[in-house]
Amino acid sequence: MSTPSSSASESPLPTLPATVPSQLEGESAAKRIAKEAGSPRERLTRLTSNGIVTAIVVLIAAIWSIPTLGLFISSFRPPAAIHDSGWWSGLLPPWHFTIQNYQHVLQAQGIGHAFLNSLIIAIPGTILPVMVAAFAAYAFAWMKFPGRDWIFLAIVALQVVPIQLTLIPILQIYTGVGITGSYLAIWLAHTAFGLPFAVYLLRNFFGALPSDLMESARIDGAGHVRIFFGLLLPLSVPSLAALVIFQFMWVWNDLLVALIFVGGGPNAPLTVTIAGLVNSFGTNYEVLTAAAFISMALPLVIFFSLQRYFVRGILAGSVKG
Amino acid sequence: MASLPGAVAHATTRSPKKPLRWRDLLTPWLWVGLAMFFVLVFLIYPVLNTIWYSLFSFDSSSFVGLKNYFQIFTSPQLLLVLRNNVLWLILATAGTVLLGLITAVLVDRVKIESAAKAAIFIPMAISFVGASVIWLFMYAYAPKGAPQIGLLNAILARFGAGPVAWIQQTSINNFALMVIYIWMWTGFCMVILSAALKSVPSDVLEAARVDGASEVQVFFRIITPMISPTIAVVVTTMLINVLKIFDIIYVMTGGNFNTNVVALAYYQEYFNFSENGIADALAVVLLIAVVPIMVVNLKRFRAQEAVR
Repeated sequence: MSTPSSSASESPLPTLPATVPSQLEGESAAKRIAKEAGSPRERLTRLTSNGIVTAIVVLIAAIWSIPTLGLFISSFRPPAAIHDSGWWSGLLPPWHFTIQNYQHVLQAQGIGHAFLNSLIIAIPGTILPVMVAAFAAYAFAWMKFPGRDWIFLAIVALQVVPIQLTLIPILQIYTGVGITGSYLAIWLAHTAFGLPFAVYLLRNFFGALPSDLMESARIDGAGHVRIFFGLLLPLSVPSLAALVIFQFMWVWNDLLVALIFVGGGPNAPLTVTIAGLVNSFGTNYEVLTAAAFISMALPLVIFFSLQRYFVRGILAGSVKG
Repeated sequence: MASLPGAVAHATTRSPKKPLRWRDLLTPWLWVGLAMFFVLVFLIYPVLNTIWYSLFSFDSSSFVGLKNYFQIFTSPQLLLVLRNNVLWLILATAGTVLLGLITAVLVDRVKIESAAKAAIFIPMAISFVGASVIWLFMYAYAPKGAPQIGLLNAILARFGAGPVAWIQQTSINNFALMVIYIWMWTGFCMVILSAALKSVPSDVLEAARVDGASEVQVFFRIITPMISPTIAVVVTTMLINVLKIFDIIYVMTGGNFNTNVVALAYYQEYFNFSENGIADALAVVLLIAVVPIMVVNLKRFRAQEAVR
């Protein structure tokens, strides 16, 4: 065979079980039946212990939700109320909820502008690395060339290199070229930082596709470009979606890279702007609450609507460790 | 796949097409070229550059050998930074992995599994900056007698205990900051460990229970050994993550009150104090810390590849 060593049967996520896509879906039917078996007395002890476990789980879930809930409620309370009483007292009548905090930060504090900046940074900052990585991953998975395995090994190693090592030299290159503070500067940086992981992940996904399929497409006269766009990409949509979501969240939530390459100037994204607000408005909670919630809105929407892909990306990403 | 019925029949025959040899040689490099460019210019060159200039003075003008490293390991301030990072590495990693494992085991046994998982997992979607703002409201502090708007201090006040300055008090503030991290990343550990738990065959567990093994024995003698590869993955992921911790401390304390860490000190040395040499050396310290993890990773990767 002219195709490289990748075999069709190999799972792309070797350390993970086959239940990956149905992650958040509860226990299997078989397990439930097994649990419900047993003598009546056993069943009774199981029911009580199940009750205790459920109570503990509910408690943990509640503790985990309270901080976010607190911010959400605070963001709808009038400034004076935020400063005078805890957010929980806002839950008791008389209720005084208002959207004036949101109106205020969107207009006066430039959060609307920062939101736009975050989008302008995150969209190309997601598409570029995924595209560049997909081309490379195709070559690593389905082509043979000298040094291929060593280059790929180097990319695997680069995944864990702290980006701190690269920031100052890149900044010096940018200063030399004259693009410091521009969108281009941060797009290129995110492309580079996202690449090792994206190449690694996609190469494993692509390599797990059946080699017979590639072979027969080639025999039918399809070139690399046609195989890549016509066969490989359509077959890899779920994996690509997982990677896209993962990378988007990473760029959207990033502070350090944005702080260094665009700073607090006119191109600053939400994270940088909000971090600046914390420092200058230490006690001006009404501004912070609404601003922070605006920054979380998009990731939360993505999380709830595409939870399955997100979890898949995280499970795949765990191999990164 | 159904559209290509001839796939199996053709699989073992070689393509009859033989294009020009130079094209065969060049094509792969066109596909990996752009990625190679980014890796070389934005990763490999900068890393080598940083390692080299960590041996130079504050303005990168004169060679000083290992002086910057001596300074890191002798200056009380920077030693504190290193101590904090070690504390973070141990406690934040242990906290996320243990809590992740406990919650994974617990949610596996209840009917509300997906809702509970979502609740614990949501903080993952939030930025460190957003999480820090959320926790400002948990940790807010007002002098005794004044209304406490921070939840923790309000609870303490209800029990008659004095308010605690969670973020300023140096005996506890590092732990308070780690709690934010643990709150964010426990869901991550839980999701991965939960996937591993589900791969443990239930008949094995049932057999052990029938033989009289207690739940605790089942957990430590059967489940834990079976999912230990996944635990190792989660631990290394957390270690790398925690090693580079920056955002929480930048937002919450700016490194004040004895909470500074290497990644933030690096940033301050370069941008606030113009100490390029020290900043580079701090970055190299981070690199040295990940080398063992990198070696383990590569070994695991090669083992996986050998199976392919």
